This record gives sequence, structure tokens and C-alpha cells, in this order.
Amino acid sequence: MALLEIEDLTVEFRTASGLFRAVDGVSLSVDAGEILAIVGESGSGKSVAMLAVMGLLPWSAKVSARRLVFDGNDIAHLSARERRRIVGKDMAMIFQEPMSSLNPCFTVGFQIGETLKAHLGLSRSERRARSIELLAAVGIPDPERRLSAFPHQLSGGMSQRVMIAIAIACQPKLIIADEPTTALDVTIQAQILELLIALQRETGMGLVLITHDMGVVAETAQRVSVHYAGQKVEEQAVRDLFADPHHPYTAALLAALPERSTGRHLPSIPGVVPGQFDRPPACLFEPRCRFATARCRDKAPPRQGALAGFALCHYPLTHGRPIGHPNPAGREVAA
Amino acid sequence: MNATVLEASHLARHYRVSRGAFAPTATVKGLADASFRLEAGRTLAIVGESGCGKSTLARLVAMIEPPTSGRLDIGGVDIGTADKSALRALRTDVQIVFQNPYGSLNPRQTILDALTEPLALNGRGGNAAARREAARAMLQRVGLRPEHADRYPHMFSGGQRQRIAIARALMLQPKILVLDEPVSALDLSVQAQVLNLLVDLQQSFGLAYLFISHSLSVVRHMADEVAVMYLGRIVEQAPRDALFDNPLHPYTQALLSATPVADPERPRERIRLTGELPSPFNPPAGCAFNPRCPLAFDRCRRERPELEIHGETLVACWAANEAMSGRTL
Repeated sequence: MALLEIEDLTVEFRTASGLFRAVDGVSLSVDAGEILAIVGESGSGKSVAMLAVMGLLPWSAKVSARRLVFDGNDIAHLSARERRRIVGKDMAMIFQEPMSSLNPCFTVGFQIGETLKAHLGLSRSERRARSIELLAAVGIPDPERRLSAFPHQLSGGMSQRVMIAIAIACQPKLIIADEPTTALDVTIQAQILELLIALQRETGMGLVLITHDMGVVAETAQRVSVHYAGQKVEEQAVRDLFADPHHPYTAALLAALPERSTGRHLPSIPGVVPGQFDRPPACLFEPRCRFATARCRDKAPPRQGALAGFALCHYPLTHGRPIGHPNPAGREVAA
Repeated sequence: MNATVLEASHLARHYRVSRGAFAPTATVKGLADASFRLEAGRTLAIVGESGCGKSTLARLVAMIEPPTSGRLDIGGVDIGTADKSALRALRTDVQIVFQNPYGSLNPRQTILDALTEPLALNGRGGNAAARREAARAMLQRVGLRPEHADRYPHMFSGGQRQRIAIARALMLQPKILVLDEPVSALDLSVQAQVLNLLVDLQQSFGLAYLFISHSLSVVRHMADEVAVMYLGRIVEQAPRDALFDNPLHPYTQALLSATPVADPERPRERIRLTGELPSPFNPPAGCAFNPRCPLAFDRCRRERPELEIHGETLVACWAANEAMSGRTL
């Protein structure tokens, strides 16, 4: 049984101009010991979906799901008190901006200890010992002295290590890392990703990695879920995804990578991600898709099977050619 | 060979920083030493991590700040000795596009006003009607529609705003465009659009680009020549293919191996860099990279290596020098 199972998760925000659907019928599952990457551009709802799982969305969000099960417990209908017992203990999150996720008024030791006290009820001396152990585990030199450091005394990479230490403090079963390295330099990014993977292997926990960086996905993930405008458009094992993307959006995204290009011109995707007011009626990618037909404009696309990468598309691609398409060459779309 | 439009030799920029009420002020070498040349129609890319001085370099080249020492020639004129009116003319030759298009456009100004302003300030472009015409033509050139001219910046997406910032930079027909992380705030699909636009514009206007980025894959796509910076100095400079295929400096090698590549089949041999960028207040003696360098030996901790030429590559590294001299013997 999967560690985390999400079925048909929808998140809507009440805004001044009506409901805005940030996550639209997303289904996902994460197994223990697995690294799942969620990729998408800004506005794809990848962070919001995971914040909904953690129960960290503001009151203006309306969350609904057919099934939301974590470790055998239904977490959709928990009281706030019951939820607090799971979040931060069995399920922890690491955020993008380590500098702003740590409280500047308290020492690193206090902030790690807070988690240990709330969830495990450790005594002061036990907390201190465990905090030192955790800081050492995430590769912070001189951990004993660092306990009394304030966040502003740490660099970005060190702060992210502290965030990871807090996240793994109670030996969680699942860690959700939301763009954990986006704010960091490449050499530090490599260190942090290696640390996360090493911890994941050691403890056998599940890891959800939210990112927009295809390079990070290729090097760390086992399975990838591609999101666009709030919907999951494709899900495949990482090698298959890069070798043979089935959704036109995934294919176009991979083709737009500078390192995959051959000529001076990159094959770009025309237009922009639809917003609240210009949401297409049927397929959300249709205005930007080179294979779009009248059918794509009229009828919402079906979810394909596992062989076609669960693509949300009328004409899923196999080796770059759309199946069942009236004109497989596609139209030329001006960039 | 293309015409040289800008030449920098031993550019440096130091900042005096207060370290609190009772501590003496310190000097930070934002940029310690950089020499390079820009040629018409070509792109020099500067890569490095945060704090390496690449944005300081951009500000010096765009004449936003004067260099503390060193010489900067733009179009054959030394800006250190040029008088005010000459500088004024030179400023129109160098324009800059910043990373964040949200912050670099005035929210209260229509796009048309933003684009005609540089012309009006410099008394160029004829009368007001002619300036508006030129602005509309430039909008079209960067892939926006003429009816966008009367809108305000908040009505555009990030990619469109970056197009507007590029259009504004081009209004004065500069020879040099400084691009300070022009696509790092953009999504992947939009990033490709803007990079394509930059390639087109360079070809049609013969622009020299100083392209500053931390993304090696973008640099590899855009650059003709690449300079890698570490803690205020250029540590390696080479034509693009030489740098990516055969990096000589251990920092360049580490940077290349740390960059994630979107190919799950690629074998991963990562050079593990320990530690972080040292504080610029207190740079290490000798080579600035020595505390993190896997190849460091005694000399690296005592003496700072100067850039030396090996084939097509300029590199500042004792270990690389030894390896290369060993090979030629």
C-alpha cells in the first residue's frame, strides 16, 4: 500500500473575482522509500497541492478530495489537533527559502528542540543531545557550537541544512521538499541534494521533490509527475519520461531546454500559462499545443493508461508522433 | 575578426563597508581584477556563484559605478579620462537589462512612455510623434503588439515584461547590451522565447552582449566566449567549446559537474566540493579557491596564481599550470 495516496484533489481559492482553481483533480501516490518529483512551471499548482496535503493553506482555500490517505489514516477529515500530531512528525516539509522559513528571533538549537519537544516530549538534555546528533547528520561542522547560532549567522546552504535537520528530527515517513535548492548556488545545490538522497536511502522514507528544474529531476527522481495549470498531465518513471514523453507539454518542455538544443534557436512554447480569466474550456494546453485540433477545444481530454504515461491528452505522443491524430505533423505555431 | 567595442583591463571595484558602530570600516573587493574584450555581434558570458562579483562587473561596464582602479575603453575612448559630454554619448552605447523585470519598469508609466523616455532624455528620435512611432516599431521587433503600447507593466506576464525591458534598452541603438541574469526569473518555456529573441536581436543589430548568468546550460547555448569568476576574479576564460569540453580550472570542473543535467542516462561522477564561498571580508591567502580545491598544494596557499594562457584558454591555477607544462615537456 502506498504511503501517501491522493485521489482527485482539487483546491480552489476564494478571490475577489470569484473562485480560482489552483489544483484541478490531481491524483498521486508516493510509496515508502521512493523519490517522486513533481515538475511544473509557476502556476502549475505543484506547491499548493502539497500544502493542501500538509494542511497549511489559508482559510480562503477550499480543499476537496475523493481520497486523501497518509500511512493508512484518512487525513482529509482530521481535526486540527489530530492533524498537528502527524504534520511535522510523520510528514515534514522543507521550503524554498531557508532564510525566511527559520524564525530570526530564536537560536537554531531552540528551533530544532521545539519539534522534539512537541512531538516526542523529550527532556531538555535529551533534546540537546538529539539536536547535536541531527546537526551532525546534516553535515554542519562543529554542531555543538552551532546550536546557539541565530539564523542570520548562517549562510543559505547552512540554513537549508538546519531546515532539513528540523524536518528529519522525528524520523518522518514522508518528506515534502518544495524547491529545496532553488535559492542556492549550484555547488551548494549539489551538496543539499546529495544530503537529501543519502538521508532518504538511510531511513527509507518517501520523498516528494517539488521543482521546476529538469536537471534536478533527471539526477534525483525515480518517478516524475508533470503538472500544468493545476492538472497532472503526465506521470512516468524518470528514464522513460526523458526518453519518450507522452504529453505534448512535456515534450515541448524538454525540447525547450538549452542543453538539449542543437541549433541557435530553441524550440520554445508560444504563449503563456493560462490564468484565472483565460482558462480554455477543454484541454488547458490546447492554445499552446502544436497538435491541437477542434476536438481539443471542445472536449476535455481523457486520462490515458500507463502505457501512454497517464497523459491527459486526446492524442498522446509515442516517440514524438501523436496517436490517432488526423495530421501527425502538427501545425506550425509561431513563437 | 569582429570590431572590438569595449576593452577592460584590470578593472576593480572596492566597497567600504561599515561593520557596526565600533568596528573599523572594512574594504570589500567586490571585483578584484577583470580584463576582457567585447566584440560586435559576439557574446561574452560571465558565470559564477553569488558573491563572485559578476553583477559588480555589470554595473561597471554599464557605467552605473566608476571602477576603483583599472581601465575601461568603450568604443576606443577611455572612460576614466573622458569629459562629461563624451561620457554622456558613451552611456547611450551601453545599455543594461536586469534580472527582475517586475522591479525594473515603473508601474505608473505606460509602456509607450517607458520606451520613448530614453529618446526624449537624450534629444534623439526627432519630434514626439516620431519617437512614438519608433517605440511602436521596437515593440513589434521584440514580439509584442502595437496595442500593448498604452498598457501598464502590471498587465504583462514576466516574459513580456522582460521583452519590454529589452525593447527599452535597445531604443538608443546601443552597441553593447549588458544582460544581468536576463532569464533566471522566467519559467522554462518562456525562457526559451526570450533567449531566441536575444539571438535574433544580436544578429540584426550586431550587438555585443555581456551575458551574466549562473546557469551553465543557458551560457553554453548563448555564449561565444565564457569567463568563470570566483571571489572577484576571473579564474578561467576560454571560447565556449574549449571551456565546456576541456575545463582546466578545478573550480570550473566542479561547477560543471555540480550542474544537474536533464539526462537520466548520463553517468554521474560528481566532483564533491566541500565548504562554501569564503567571506569577501577576509579572503584566503594565495589562491582564493584553495580551501575548497581538491588539487590544492602548498604553493596555492601562499601565492596567488595569475591568468596564464594554455592553448585557447586563460586559466589562473597552479595545478593547471603544472599539469600543462608537464604535458608539453
